[in-house]
Amino acid sequence: RDNGQVSRRVRAAIRVEGIVQGVGFRPFVYGLAIELGLDGLVGNDERGVFIEVEGGRAPVGEFLAALRGHPPPLAVIERISVERVRAGPGGTGFVIVRSAVGGDRRALVSPDVATCVDCLREMADPADRRYGYAFTNCVNCGPRFTIVRDVPYDRPNTTMAGFAMCADCAREYHDPADRRFHAQPVCCPACGPRLRLVDREGRTIAGDPVAEAVRWLRRDAVLAVKGLGGYHLAAVAAREPAVAALRSRKHREDKPFAVMAPDLAAARRLCAVDETAERLLTGPARPIVLLRRLPEPPELPGAAIAPSVAPGNPWLGLMLPYTPLHHLLLRELACPLVLTSGNVSDEPIAYVDEEAMERLAGIADVFLTHDRPIHVRADDSVVRTFRGRELPVRRSRGYAPQPMALAAGVPRPVLACGAELKNTFCLAKGRRAFVSHHIGDLENYETLRAYTQGIEHFRRLFDLVPEVVAHDLHPEYLSTKYALEREGVDLVGVQHHHAHVASCLADNGECGPVIGVAFDGLGYGLDGTLWGGEFLIADLARFERAGYLEPLPMPGGAAAIREPWRMAAAYLDLALGGCVPDDMDVVRRNADRWPAVVALARAGVGSPRTSSMGRLFDAVAAITCGRDVITYEGQAAVELERRADPAEPGAYECPLLAGAPATTALFTAAGPELVAAVVDDLGAGTPAEVVAARFHNAVARLVADGCARLRDAGAPSTVALSGGVFQNMLLLERATDLLEADGFRVLTHRRVPPNDGGVSLGQAAVAAALDRERG
Amino acid sequence: MAHGSGGKATQTLIEAVFLDAFRNPALEPLEDSAVVEVGTERLALTTDSYVVSPIFFPGGDIGDLAVNGTVNDLSVSGARPLYLSAGFVLEEGFPVADLRRVTASMARAAATAGVGVVTGDTKVVQRGKADGCYVTTAGVGLLDRPARLGVAHARPGDTVIVSGPIGEHGVTIMLARGELDIEADLISDTAPLNGLVATLLDACPGGVRCMRDATRGGVATILNEIARASGVAVVVDEDAVPVRPAVRGACELLGIDPLYVACEGRMVVVVDGPSAGAALDALRGHPLGGEAEIVGRVRDDPPGLVLLRTTFGGTRIVDMLVGDPLPRIC
Ligand SMILES: [Fe+3]
Ligand SMILES: [Mg+2]
Ligand SMILES: [Zn+2]
Ligand SMILES: [Zn+2]
Repeated sequence: RDNGQVSRRVRAAIRVEGIVQGVGFRPFVYGLAIELGLDGLVGNDERGVFIEVEGGRAPVGEFLAALRGHPPPLAVIERISVERVRAGPGGTGFVIVRSAVGGDRRALVSPDVATCVDCLREMADPADRRYGYAFTNCVNCGPRFTIVRDVPYDRPNTTMAGFAMCADCAREYHDPADRRFHAQPVCCPACGPRLRLVDREGRTIAGDPVAEAVRWLRRDAVLAVKGLGGYHLAAVAAREPAVAALRSRKHREDKPFAVMAPDLAAARRLCAVDETAERLLTGPARPIVLLRRLPEPPELPGAAIAPSVAPGNPWLGLMLPYTPLHHLLLRELACPLVLTSGNVSDEPIAYVDEEAMERLAGIADVFLTHDRPIHVRADDSVVRTFRGRELPVRRSRGYAPQPMALAAGVPRPVLACGAELKNTFCLAKGRRAFVSHHIGDLENYETLRAYTQGIEHFRRLFDLVPEVVAHDLHPEYLSTKYALEREGVDLVGVQHHHAHVASCLADNGECGPVIGVAFDGLGYGLDGTLWGGEFLIADLARFERAGYLEPLPMPGGAAAIREPWRMAAAYLDLALGGCVPDDMDVVRRNADRWPAVVALARAGVGSPRTSSMGRLFDAVAAITCGRDVITYEGQAAVELERRADPAEPGAYECPLLAGAPATTALFTAAGPELVAAVVDDLGAGTPAEVVAARFHNAVARLVADGCARLRDAGAPSTVALSGGVFQNMLLLERATDLLEADGFRVLTHRRVPPNDGGVSLGQAAVAAALDRERG
Repeated sequence: MAHGSGGKATQTLIEAVFLDAFRNPALEPLEDSAVVEVGTERLALTTDSYVVSPIFFPGGDIGDLAVNGTVNDLSVSGARPLYLSAGFVLEEGFPVADLRRVTASMARAAATAGVGVVTGDTKVVQRGKADGCYVTTAGVGLLDRPARLGVAHARPGDTVIVSGPIGEHGVTIMLARGELDIEADLISDTAPLNGLVATLLDACPGGVRCMRDATRGGVATILNEIARASGVAVVVDEDAVPVRPAVRGACELLGIDPLYVACEGRMVVVVDGPSAGAALDALRGHPLGGEAEIVGRVRDDPPGLVLLRTTFGGTRIVDMLVGDPLPRIC
């Protein structure tokens, strides 16, 4: 038993904490121990996994190394503690012990996981009983969060409850040596869910559902596919008529569609896939990764992307198949597929069968569906890459509800209600924060319902009763109103941009103090105006507004967000001292309403004042790129970034003016001067590509100069960059470069988005910090 | 100033200060008019102060506004308006000619509505202590119909009607202030609703659940009050809401939602399902209701919310505003 060696036996008691249940941890430990010839036991309790191993010093060491180095793919180990205990006589073998009663109660529900290679191999093997089966999964992969109805995470508490395991599946489920040991959604063609292809009236279409669906797709049909967290709408990416039809039926004018490529090789034919992108594309979360497109090679006709997929866009949102159904579909189709959320314009994605049939009947020609219900709607996650790691844009399927470890504890359980658009909520207790899946824009009733139900669901899943409720200060946010209706809790209002900065701190496991640069569309400020171009000196508990973009009116309020030319009007009126030449393109294009909008701004009627950086980008985008009206959030800024020539090093001057007296601000940044420089440059015949780049460089310099000014006045030399504007990679890169060159340490987002999707984590971090101070 | 904009802040102010101070059974329903019994008669009693700026605007002035507003508050409670009082607060130096114009238009409006202005009062305050001229009217009306009306009376299955195109008064006032370079062919909708109400109540006796004149906070605020008080959902069809192109254009320019803009001669009516057709016909047969439309339905779920079915089939929440509208988009 000691591999022939004579050595002293040792016994180690090991405790593993983190996401270690429902992820194949016990079979992994069991297999490892058997392989190394160790005696001992493994089991689950409410704290995680406990292990005792006994054997020779060398194999026990090897065991520990493997535990640390190669845990099961889905495990997220937060802590391993090892203690020497007295060794026994040996020869007892290795056993999996029963969980203590209620032991799984607090097991952390894992995110949904992309199909693993072992399952794929079985699906491709004609001799395997799961050959071609669209619901194949194991303890290392498959649906989790989206099918869990309640805890403990057991089959009866999932949407697999209605499927009784057959004898073969049951055997696998109960065999500690099997990859499907305690894999709750285990199933096979004999006992599990089934695919169905139906027409708009719900009538079944005969034949193999996948093969038939592909036949429809090839005839330019729009297909609705039931995925992991909801229905997708699909069309062959190379087929312009199909993609154009999808666009018009969905009422989606310009926003790019995401594409699912059959495999990594196909992805590489479409986009530049570096090491980081490859890791993200093929990882267990399988987000949509925004990647730079390659010029289309004419000799590879299958790799073509129709113009309507992402009109005029050098970037493409790319993902790889993540469910067995996607694998089957893409293998049969053998070319990229547009895969977009199953909804009409801004509605939430459809996930209940009858509702999907009803809502998508005007869009999809056929429905590829199945009988495994989805319990929680989860959109695809979206990420960009920045300096060899991911920068989340939308954190949802594959990530939620993975807890985030907090640097400091949460004395009393916190519910953070999040913002209004791109809402997520966050529950936190102990040292963990559970940021929800992407809920969406709360102004929509369906979304509000998903929000309130989602909060209840998370409370049950994580056994948490909030005692502190954190919320935004905007009085009209439905999340604020929801918070204010809670009874018997302590309410904590957190300023929007403080929440952004705190979310960046929490994301990086830090507490501050830092200079927080929060640039976004807008958020409610302490003075009742709308902020959004903020330099805060902040830690988790408090902040001071140390600098900001000079406020100006937004003529028509929300209308100025939908119509960037209005921001151009407001900026130009200030930049050019009220004398805007009639022959400027942006003025000519909007001549009929220009004087009225300028009058609105001057009179301050229906024109709230804002220091928003997003609105400055809008104004410059309207002036430079002709983007007068947007059809999706952030469109103008996105197009300005896209237009900018990355090789251009020049930058405009953006003076920092002395801060207003009787405020905490050391400076304000003169946005109109930047706009004046843009106008001059364009007037001198400089191409828009160069102007757009110089503007980006100017804003990056504004960030660096502002931070330097604050550091000179005693502020910390660490900077946290947050807010939706920092999804702009050109700005993020330039600003980070400049700051680092000037000796700053720079924190950027890596686990939650810089946009409002990350606000709930920040609110939770602030509420917890204030609660800690109260003691 | 958010406390004056007619939204939730006003509501909170009313509940926290006035209801607290004056609490009594006639006040408690917080309807537009109070119902009191005098001898064997049931009377409706209401009062309102008018501080509109400018005082003269296309389609009316502070005088007919003050008469019509009080007539309408009485009318929508189901009462027949009878008598009004009028109180004036004048800023020193307010031109007598203007005052004559105001009183003349009050007299005209009273005659049109068939009510008498039977008592009054005037105070003059120092220059700068008021803005030209404020008018307060109070009114009494006779509740001589059996109709039981109230914001809490809406039931699932009911139909929601507005009596005409919305938002004209509010937009007219905004443009009349002259700060904006906007020209629109618009006049205030100020009008007395007692005739229209009588026509409606005659046409569907027992079928009307509640009526409200959509003044401050507009149709959206009224619908929210109904949804909350009745514990029902009100689902409005965006495309069915009558809005004149000039109002729509001005609202779009100003970035405001016509549903929240004040009217002074339009009402929201909730009738039971079977009465919908008769109610609409009756309204349309009256000169002030020619463009009445069915705009929505009452449902049981989700209680307390007003939902707007948008052109694309989405359901947007039309909430009661806490204060002045501010963009929520980040
Ligand atoms: Fe934000
Ligand atoms: Mg009144
Ligand atoms: Zn697997
Ligand atoms: Zn089976």
